[in-house]
Amino acid sequence: MGYQVVESVWLAPNVRKLKVSAPHVTRNCGPGQFVIVRATPDGERIPLTIGDADRESGTITLFIQAIGKSTTDLCALESGGSICDVAGPMGRKTDINHVGHAVIVGGGVGTAVIYPQAKALKEKGNYVSAIIGGRSKPYVILEEELKKVCDAVYPCTDDGSYGFKGFVTQRLQQLIEESTENKVAEVITAGPVPMMRAVAEVTRPYGIHTVASLNPIMVDGTGMCGGCRVQVGSTMKFACVDGPEFDAHQVDFKELSDRLSAYRDHEQKCMATVK
Amino acid sequence: MAENTGKLKAAERMKIERQVMPSADASLRSHTFEEVNMGMAEQIAMLEAKRCLECKNAKCIVGCPVNVNIPGFVSRLAEGDLPGAAEILTGCNALPCVSGRVCPQEKQCEAVCIRGNKGAAVAIGYLERFVADWAMAHRNGSAAASPQPSGYKVAVVGSGPAGLTAAGELAKKGHKVTVFEALHKPGGVLVYGIPEFRLPKEIVRKEVENLERLGVEIVCNVIIGQTYTIDQLMNEMGYHAVFIANGAGLPVFMGIPGENFKGVYSANEYLTRVNLMQAYDPNAATPVLRAKQVCVIGGGNTAMDAVRVARRLGADPATLVYRRSRAEMPARAEEVHHAEEEGVTFQMLTNPVQIVGDEKGWVKGIICQKMELGEPDAKGRRRPVPIPGSEFEIPCQVVVEAIGTKANPLLTATTPDLQVNEKGYIVVDENNMTTKPGVFAGGDIVRGAATVILAMGDGKRTAAAIDSYLKTSVQLPN
Ligand SMILES: Cc1cc2nc3c(=O)[nH]c(=O)nc-3n(C[C@H](O)[C@H](O)[C@H](O)COP(=O)(O)OP(=O)(O)OC[C@H]3O[C@@H](n4cnc5c(N)ncnc54)[C@H](O)[C@@H]3O)c2cc1C
Ligand SMILES: Cc1cc2nc3c(=O)[nH]c(=O)nc-3n(C[C@H](O)[C@H](O)[C@H](O)COP(=O)(O)OP(=O)(O)OC[C@H]3O[C@@H](n4cnc5c(N)ncnc54)[C@H](O)[C@@H]3O)c2cc1C
Ligand code: SF4
Ligand code: SF4
Ligand code: FES
Repeated sequence: MGYQVVESVWLAPNVRKLKVSAPHVTRNCGPGQFVIVRATPDGERIPLTIGDADRESGTITLFIQAIGKSTTDLCALESGGSICDVAGPMGRKTDINHVGHAVIVGGGVGTAVIYPQAKALKEKGNYVSAIIGGRSKPYVILEEELKKVCDAVYPCTDDGSYGFKGFVTQRLQQLIEESTENKVAEVITAGPVPMMRAVAEVTRPYGIHTVASLNPIMVDGTGMCGGCRVQVGSTMKFACVDGPEFDAHQVDFKELSDRLSAYRDHEQKCMATVK
Repeated sequence: MAENTGKLKAAERMKIERQVMPSADASLRSHTFEEVNMGMAEQIAMLEAKRCLECKNAKCIVGCPVNVNIPGFVSRLAEGDLPGAAEILTGCNALPCVSGRVCPQEKQCEAVCIRGNKGAAVAIGYLERFVADWAMAHRNGSAAASPQPSGYKVAVVGSGPAGLTAAGELAKKGHKVTVFEALHKPGGVLVYGIPEFRLPKEIVRKEVENLERLGVEIVCNVIIGQTYTIDQLMNEMGYHAVFIANGAGLPVFMGIPGENFKGVYSANEYLTRVNLMQAYDPNAATPVLRAKQVCVIGGGNTAMDAVRVARRLGADPATLVYRRSRAEMPARAEEVHHAEEEGVTFQMLTNPVQIVGDEKGWVKGIICQKMELGEPDAKGRRRPVPIPGSEFEIPCQVVVEAIGTKANPLLTATTPDLQVNEKGYIVVDENNMTTKPGVFAGGDIVRGAATVILAMGDGKRTAAAIDSYLKTSVQLPN
């Protein structure tokens, strides 16, 4: 039983790519959508972006960063292993428009989260730039894949061991300033909350439409529990059904990052059982 | 026992006192998730059954939303004929182990029981549970003679009581039934909402297994509207009819300041973590916040379940905050009584106006206003009115909001030709057919948050309507 892992490779020291057989998910899924996965019968339900989907073979690709118990368990799966539950697709598809110059900004595993958008934006005829970051060279992922679907890819590392030395936001600022002819019309970002928040602050003065793919804690993913609620402007939204993408200039990032820490004690206890 | 001494006279029946349901000791059970009601012994159940007057004009049957033949099964039980009692009961009611435990009997069958005109009503719910549990324990492997396959395929959306009941009825008619469930486990509110101490999950599991024996296929992890649309089910996947029973799962928040502090839950989230995700076990992968002081807001079954869960997770006090008085609480009377025995604190005529938190974003209390009852509203319930200047704070570290649910738009939004009313509930005709031909709906998604037995009633009636729709309107290729 369960959903078969047909391919499993490490992309970075802490990020694994899993190709999983889940034909039901491939039928209608699109960029921006995710699945909810339970690794084992006593496991937690966790959301993971559908990084790629192939209807013919009925497989989806997940990119998983090991940060806690559930993601570490999943990253330990080899080809031939299986995942207990894969439900989806969930969330809304990204609104992909012809805007001109679109920039995707990804940090860490966030790069995988926006890879499908990059592909779709290119297919719509946009000029697509990708700014992708990692703390050092081995943590920059999907550069080759992105090069195939983007017009320009700008890797960044915090320590300067590869590409631009500095944060993705600094590179974004530069790109916006440089692109006088081919003005940046839209930014889509995914990654750690502080990064998405900083991206929103970079684009705000320019009035560039900016979309962030949010990652609150989820349970069901169907709008039933309200655990994934985020404050967007003056309204409360459920990220699993109303999102996960929202206008980054409206999102209350402080609250989001605060809510993500609700179970830190429990998470640490669970991690202790892994190591 | 007196089984063979012939029928009792009415006067003798009237002399028997209503028997009590044995329950686990309150001081012990308020720390565990074991079932509270322990079930009646056979002799006690038979004695209780003898209290029934076997009325010709049995009002109780009319009081029951699915018209269970109550005097029929109760009289068999009184005679000690358990197989006979079970046959009658299960013929009327698809999930009697469930309804016998969670029906608001005091407002339904027992409310109108003629025996209750003098003394207490017959304990119909307890007797139903007794017979149903006996039937489940004595069920033999072959669920029922499998009927001739009809060639029709029916999809059921949602595996709550409405969906499960309909699936069983349709399978018995020979149709090929697939139940699609969004979560990883079937049962709907019966598994994610109602806690183990009221409805053991083992019962739901056995009911589901029984359906599978009838040939029903249950497919989890599929969200209709997302994974497949209704149109895909009908036009591409070969289903001739669809029954939508996806419940009313969207939680309502009060809209007061502070609701996004850590420690504020909807009852759905709190109960789902504890029940479906097993967070009652501190070693489970899914966490739930445990706190010394917990406030639950609301007065229905959901609120009562949440506050009793909080008590079991160690809250002291576990406080129920409700804006009307005890008499207006919509929860089942037995749950209110059990909650009280378990040491739940009732803070009545109290309305939260703000949730307060500390500088790290954790809840530390709720500011409430005292209320008094004013004029009755349209439903005749006296409306609570705030008393000016009565604000006070209740310290707590977890707040659970159980103030209701609304229609989940996930499915209806992707099916534009499905008419919904202004609140998002699906509009149906007298046969429970929606505005989309061949698509039917029932349970909470039609009624708004209602009851298990009404959902089951809808499942049964709609299954019959689907059966006749298929036979009259859908031509099978030869
Ligand atoms: C819509 C959506 C799509 C996502 N897509 C991906 C993806 O494609 N690949 C991927 O690796 N991860 C993705 N995530 C994040 C992923 O779900 C979390 O990393 C995972 O739930 C953590 O589980 P854990 O048990 O391993 O870690 P935990 O022990 O639960 O958490 C460890 C640490 O991570 C933080 N954390 C907890 N939950 C989240 C969260 N949802 N997001 C970020 N940090 C969190 C905690 O504060 C804690 O410090 C996505 C999240 C959402 C909501
Ligand atoms: C905590 C709580 C306690 C209650 N206590 C009582 C009680 O004591 N007595 C009583 O009579 N009633 C009680 N109720 C009310 C009762 O449970 C409901 O009225 C009843 O369960 C409704 O049944 P349903 O079949 O319509 O839907 P549900 O039981 O809500 O089941 C719907 C199912 O559909 C699934 N679903 C939703 N959307 C989709 C989709 N798009 N695709 C696939 N699947 C989907 C859901 O995951 C769920 O499993 C209680 C409710 C709650 C929440
Ligand atoms: S189903 Fe509910 S209302 Fe009907 S007889 Fe049983 S307990 Fe009473
Ligand atoms: S109304 Fe009461 S006494 Fe009469 S048949 Fe029904 S349960 Fe028995
Ligand atoms: S995860 Fe439960 S409502 Fe979004």
